[in-house]
This record gives sequence, structure tokens and C-alpha cells, in this order.
Amino acid sequence: MTGAVATLPTRRDEAWRYADMDGVARLGAEALEQWEEIAVAAGESLMRCFIVGSDAPELHRFRVTLGEGATAAFFVTNAGRDYTRVEIEVRLAKGAHFEFGGVTIGGGDATREFVTQVVHAEPEATSNQTIRAVHWNTGTGNFLGEIKVARDAQKTDAAQDFKGLLLEAGASANAVPQLEIFADDVKCAHGATVGELDESARFYMMARGLDPAAVQRLLVQAFIGDAFVALDDEGEHERLLDAALAALEGAKL
Amino acid sequence: MLEITNLHATVGGSENPKPILKGLTLTVPAGEIHAIMGPNGAGKSTLSNVLGGKPGYDVTEGSVTFNGQDLLALDPHERAAAGLFLGFQYPVEIPGVSNVQFLREALNSQRKARGEEPLSGGEFLKLAKDKAALLQMDMDMLKRQVNVGFSGGEKKRAEMVQMGILNPSFAVLDETDSGLDIDALRIVGAGINSIMRAPDKAVLLITHYQRLLDVVKPDKVSVLAGGRIVETGGPELALRLEAEGYDAVMA
Repeated sequence: MTGAVATLPTRRDEAWRYADMDGVARLGAEALEQWEEIAVAAGESLMRCFIVGSDAPELHRFRVTLGEGATAAFFVTNAGRDYTRVEIEVRLAKGAHFEFGGVTIGGGDATREFVTQVVHAEPEATSNQTIRAVHWNTGTGNFLGEIKVARDAQKTDAAQDFKGLLLEAGASANAVPQLEIFADDVKCAHGATVGELDESARFYMMARGLDPAAVQRLLVQAFIGDAFVALDDEGEHERLLDAALAALEGAKL
Repeated sequence: MLEITNLHATVGGSENPKPILKGLTLTVPAGEIHAIMGPNGAGKSTLSNVLGGKPGYDVTEGSVTFNGQDLLALDPHERAAAGLFLGFQYPVEIPGVSNVQFLREALNSQRKARGEEPLSGGEFLKLAKDKAALLQMDMDMLKRQVNVGFSGGEKKRAEMVQMGILNPSFAVLDETDSGLDIDALRIVGAGINSIMRAPDKAVLLITHYQRLLDVVKPDKVSVLAGGRIVETGGPELALRLEAEGYDAVMA
């Protein structure tokens, strides 16, 4: 057995359960070693907005450490046409906040995924994650969200919200919330739903003159808008939304 | 303007089709406001849904022509662009989409389909403001999400604001009066008159009650029962129905 093969994950690893293993193999073991380390000092804040995805597999991994009262916000449009994985590990000190808004969107047969591990290591930290997945053909969107609350991290407030919208039978969306809570005075909320476009809204909008593509674009825009509600920067907001809606062109109506 | 001939329609899909319209014939010329009344289950809402092109309603026989065009061959958005407006009995809530964006895109889609120039943001807002004022609706409500959190009466009023903005040549209004209090009924009725009372426009007004007809004085009244038009008359027919009931009038 070569070293490279030995370090590739398998689907038995919880965090790789819905991954495209062929895409992982094409990334290679070396790519899996690459992490971007980010430290946000006490009281400081950081915001990252980016668009990922291309015609080749991509992996983007972040390890974020938040000092006391620090904040980090990540907003990501994941519109890969091949296996595209964004992984964020966050450790929150006392009173820190982590905000994540993510959209996976696309058709074809590609898998796009967000994998987060949010560690509430100290008391009074908060985190909020909103993920929306829109897929068609046999495209897939995944969200694997792990929340760990340490024994003395009292008054933790952690929320996760995932919604999938499938435009076609054959597409899929997977959500795997995982909570590991060792403190007793905490709030941890998580929700996951998967559905189709609202037919009554579709007809209503068409009856007002919108063609099927315009109806779909408006409804998808409204659906994914939730993920970027906390993104105040209008320019970035528009950039991420436009990238997502551009990926929608040519989707099944 | 609208010519419905021997219309048969079913609901429930091809596996379990349930006949609702059974040979409905009706002509509405330009300049006419035509009220349709009828008991529950007569097919009034089915008629409006078939005219709008709602999925799930299948026409099995007959024809509908609108300004000489085969209406049934058009998709719902093409019917709208051709000048047809469907006022919903239960307007749909669309979270995350504002009225302003929705209506501007709808109007500009219609204009594009007719080969007209789109309205700019400023032109659209001015138009929207005028029509909201006509229906005594606060402009702030138009900035809110489509029908989300609106009361039943506000939804109906918003439907009429939409009609004012889109300016159709033919409106099918399905129980626009349900859920309205007396004042709102008067405002909505006056709105219908002001938007649709014109020699080149017409309205099919589906209602249960005389009270809307007191405001929107119909030229003709038809009774729809058992999927067909069983009687047509002038405004006095509605008064008779109100006084005597469907059973007595149709007997």
C-alpha cells in the first residue's frame, strides 16, 4: 500500500459520508493536507465572501480560531460543476460569534458540499449557520454540520438551518447535523427540510405574465436569499447571489 | 372579446378525471361586465382556473377564443401577455419576493412579449404608487413580500392593485369580494370600475353576493349550475337570486 492511498479518506469517515470519492481521488492525498489557518484576535472581526467551483474538483479547507469576543463570518456560493467541497473548522473562545451562509447550486452529476465543525470551547459563544441547496439533473448538495459544546461552555447558542430545493427527480440534498453537547445550559437548534418549487406560487406568477424561467429565477433567488441575510455588504451580497443565479441558467424548468 | 363554446373540463388528472364543466357556453363582448353567480360546486372556480390555464384542469371538449385567438393553446404567462388577468380567490404568498420586484418583472415580461419597451424603475414606481392610491393601499405594503402577512382583505385589495398596474383588457375575478369588509368592498368595487370600465375592456366577475354588484353594476348576469350556464339576464337577475335563492330561480 502506498502512502498516498493510505491517507485518502473513505466513506466510513463520517465527514466524508456523502463525498464523491472519485473526485476525492482526483484531488489526491496532497491536496487534503492543505488548510488555511486563520486566527482572529480577541475583539476583532473577519469576513470572507467567496465563490467556489469550476470544471475540476476543488477542496477549500479553513481552520479558524476565534479569540474572546471575536467574530468570523463566511459567505460562500458553491457552484461547482465537479466535486467541490468547502470545509470550515472553527474554535470559539468566550463570547465569540461564527456566522456561516452557504449556497450549493448546480445540475449535472456533481456533488457540492459544505462541512463545518464548530467547537464552542468556552462560555457565551454563539454560532449561526444557514445553508441552502438547489439542484437538478442528478446533482447533489450536502451539508455536514458538527457542533461541539465543551463542558464549561455554558450559555452557548448554536443554530443550524438547512433547506434543499430539488428542481427535478434525480437530484439530491443531504443534511447531517451532529451535535455533541457536554454543557447543560445551552441552546442548540437545527433544522433540515428538502422540497420542490411551490406549484401554486409558480402558477400565480405565470398568471401575472412571468415566463417559467423568470418564475424559477425569482423563486430560487428568494429561497437562497436566507443564506445571505446576515451579509450586510451589498456589493458582496449581489456578487454571491449573481454567481448562484448564473449557475441556474439552463436548469430544468 | 371572450367566446366560450361548449366547454367541458375535468379535474383530477387522467387517472381519475372528475367532470366539472359540462358544455358551458358564454360570450362576453368588449365593454361588458358580466357577473357569474351560482351555488357552491357549480364550477365557478373551475371556470376561472381553466381560463387562466392552471395545471391540473383538463379541457376535454369545446373552445375558448380571446380576441380571435385560441386561448387554450397559450401558456398561462402568454395569456397574461395577451391581456388576460386572473384575480385569485386565494392569492398566493411568495416569501422572499417583494411586490415591487414581482410586479415590475411581471409587467416588463408582458411588455416584452408584446414588443413594448420595459418600464424603468422610476416609471414603474410612479405607476405602482398611483394604483396603490386608487385602492387606498399604503405604498409600504407594496415593498413587502408578496401577500406575506397580509389579511384576507389586504390580499384582495393587493390583487386589484396588481390589476391596476398590469392594466389587462380582460379580467376574470374569482370571488374578489370574499373576505372583504363593507368599506373594503366599496374600495375594491370602485377600483374595478375605474380600472376595467372601458369600451375596450371586459370583466367576468364571479361572485356569491349582490353587495359587490351594487358597486360594480354588471351589464349581464349569468347563473352557472351543474357546469353550464343555465340562465342569463340583466342586473335584475342577481336581485332575484338574492331575494329568492338559486333553487327558486332555476326551478
